[in-house]
Amino acid sequence: MIDWGWIADHLDDIAYLTLQHLVLTAIPLAAGFVISLALAIWAVRRPVVYGPITAVTGVLYTIPSLAAFALLVPVFGFSLLAAFIPLTTYTLLILFRNIVAGFEAVPREVLEAADGMGYRGRDRLLRVEIPLAVPLMIAGLRLAAVTLIGLATVASILGSSFGGLGQLITEGLQTLFPTKYVLGAVLSVLLAFAVDFAFVRLERRATPWARARAAEAVPA
Amino acid sequence: MSAPAPSPRAATVEFDHVTKSYGARTAGAGASTGAPGAVNDLTLSVPAGKICVLVGPSGCGKTTSLKMVNRLIEPTSGRILLDGVDVATRDVTDLRRGIGYVIQQTGLFPHQTVLDNVATVPRLLGWPQARCRARAEELLATVGLEPATYAGRYPAQLSGGERQRVGVARALAADPPVMLMDEPFGAVDPIVRERLQNEFLRLQEQLARTILFVTHDIDEAIKMGDVVAVFQAGGVVAQFGPPAEILANPASEFVARFVGTDRALKRLSLFRVGELPLSPVVTARVGDNGTMIRRLAAVDPWEYVLITDEDHRPLGWIAREHLPASAIAAEDVEGTIPLLNRRTTLKDALSMLLDADVQAGLVVDHAGTMRGMVRLPDVAAWMRRRGVHGLDPDQAEFTDEPAGAWGGGGAVRGGASGSAGMSGSAGMSGSAGSGTGSAP
Repeated sequence: MIDWGWIADHLDDIAYLTLQHLVLTAIPLAAGFVISLALAIWAVRRPVVYGPITAVTGVLYTIPSLAAFALLVPVFGFSLLAAFIPLTTYTLLILFRNIVAGFEAVPREVLEAADGMGYRGRDRLLRVEIPLAVPLMIAGLRLAAVTLIGLATVASILGSSFGGLGQLITEGLQTLFPTKYVLGAVLSVLLAFAVDFAFVRLERRATPWARARAAEAVPA
Repeated sequence: MSAPAPSPRAATVEFDHVTKSYGARTAGAGASTGAPGAVNDLTLSVPAGKICVLVGPSGCGKTTSLKMVNRLIEPTSGRILLDGVDVATRDVTDLRRGIGYVIQQTGLFPHQTVLDNVATVPRLLGWPQARCRARAEELLATVGLEPATYAGRYPAQLSGGERQRVGVARALAADPPVMLMDEPFGAVDPIVRERLQNEFLRLQEQLARTILFVTHDIDEAIKMGDVVAVFQAGGVVAQFGPPAEILANPASEFVARFVGTDRALKRLSLFRVGELPLSPVVTARVGDNGTMIRRLAAVDPWEYVLITDEDHRPLGWIAREHLPASAIAAEDVEGTIPLLNRRTTLKDALSMLLDADVQAGLVVDHAGTMRGMVRLPDVAAWMRRRGVHGLDPDQAEFTDEPAGAWGGGGAVRGGASGSAGMSGSAGMSGSAGSGTGSAP
C-alpha cells in the first residue's frame, strides 16, 4: 500500500512541506501568543474584562475551521493571510486562559514583597510576574501548538503554494494515492510530538527553579 | 524623642494622628472602630536605632500601620514621618527602596537564586553588577549562610529558617535606615525561631537600625522590643512603652489580659544572669581530702560543695555533710549543675534551677571559666529589689521561705555587681583550695 520508492524519490519535497507546515503553525502561534499576552495582562489588571474576553475568544474557538477559511476568502482571497487569521484566533482562548492562570499562580506575598522593595509596575511584570507565569504559559503553548498542527492541514484548501502537510493529504485523497495521505497524516502526528517535546525542553530550560523544587534540599 | 543622637544610618519613625478606616465611613465621623485592619488616631514615635514591636490580636491594625510606612497602604488621615519627612511627600519607589521589608512568608522570588534575591534592591538602584554580587555575598555571610553553599540555590531548596534568613539579608541589602518586619519569624518552628531571634538581636546590636516589628506573640514582643506598642481591636494602641514597664504596670485590663497572668515570669526574660550579683562557691577537686574540704566549707552558709574534675571542669554538687572522710571520688557527686552564662535570661535560668537536683547554677564565661553561682533565692531576691510594683503576693511567696532560711541574702544584697559579690566573700571560696572559684 505504501510506495516506498515514491517517498525515497520525493524526500526533498516532503522535507519542504514539513517545514512549510511548521511555519504555518509557528507564525499564528507567535501572533496568538502576543495578542493573548496583551489581553491577559489587561485582564489581570482589570478583572472585569476577563469575562468578555473569554466569551469572544470562546466564540472564535467554536467556529469550524473549514468555515472560517471559507469566510475569509471573499476578503483576502486564497492567500496566506486567510489561513493565518483563523489559525491565530483559534489559539486565543487556550493561550489567554493559560496566561491568566499563570499570572494568578504568582504567590501574593511575592508580589507584595516586590512592591515593598520598590519594583515599578513594568519591572515587576517583566522581572517577576512573567518569569513566574512561564510554566503555565508553556503549558498553553503546547496545547495550542498541537491543536494548530492539526488545524493547519485544513489550510491547504486555500492554495497549493503554502498547504504544508495538508497538501500531501489533499493531493493523496484527490489522486487516490494512499502513500501521500498516509505520509501526510503520519508526519503531522510526528511533528506534533516533536513540537510538544521541544516545548517541554524549553520549559525545563526556562525554569530551572521549578526543577529545584522537585529535588528538595536537605532540611537544615 | 529626637534628642538622642541617632546612629548615622538609622532614622526616627513617627506616626502623627494616623487613621486608616475601611469602608464608606468618612474620616472624623466619630470613633471608627469595626473593620479589621483599621487604625484609629495612632500617634507614636520610635527613636532611631531601636526596635519597636507592634503587638496585638489579629485584625487590630498592626500590619496596616506597618504598611503605611512604606505606603503599601495609604492612611486615610494623619502623617508618618521618617526623620521628620512626611512619607506622603516622597516618591513611592524611592521611599520603598530605602526601607527594608521582611514578611512572614518571606516573599522570596522563587525563580531567582538566593544571590539574586538578596541583590534585588541594589539592582533596582542600579548598582554595578560586581558590587551587587559582593554585597549579596557579604550579607549572606552576615545572616549565617555560607555564600559558597547558598548563593546558587533557589528558595525551594532552602529550609524555612534559611528562607527567613535570606529574607532578612534581602531587606538589609541596600543598607536601609528603617526596616519593617511583619512576623518575620512566624513561619518557622519554635527552636529555629528562637535562634533567629537571638541572631537578629545580635545583628541589630551592630546595625542599630530603626525597626518596626509586627507580631501577635507577646513573648516575642517582650524579647525583641526596645519599646512595645500593644494594639487592641479597632486599631487603638492600648499601651506604648518599654517591655518591662508594660509587664510591671499594664495600663488597662486588656493589656493585663494580653500579657498574661504569668507576666512576672515574663519579666524574668527581660533580665540576664549577668545583671545578678553572683555568689561565691566552695569548690573541691576529685581526689581532694573530704574532711579538709568540709572544714573549709563549714563557715559557708551554702551547704553544698562544688566538685570539679582534675581540669577544673564542674562535675556536680556534694552536700557538705556527705563529703567522704577521705579522698573525694567522682561517684560521690549527688546533683548535676545547670551551666549558665551572662547572657542567659533569668527566665531560662530560673527554669533550669527549678529543674535541677540542687537548685543552684554555675555561671561561666566565654572561656568556660567559672564566675560564680546563682541560686533560686538569689533570683527571687533580685527581682524583688528590682522593685517595680508588679510583683503580686503570690510571686512573693516563693521568695520568702528560702530567703529566710538562707542568711546569705544579706551578703548578696551587699554586692552591687557580680564581681563585687564575688570578691566580697572571696575569702571563703578562695580558701577552698582548688582555685577554680574565682578567676576575675
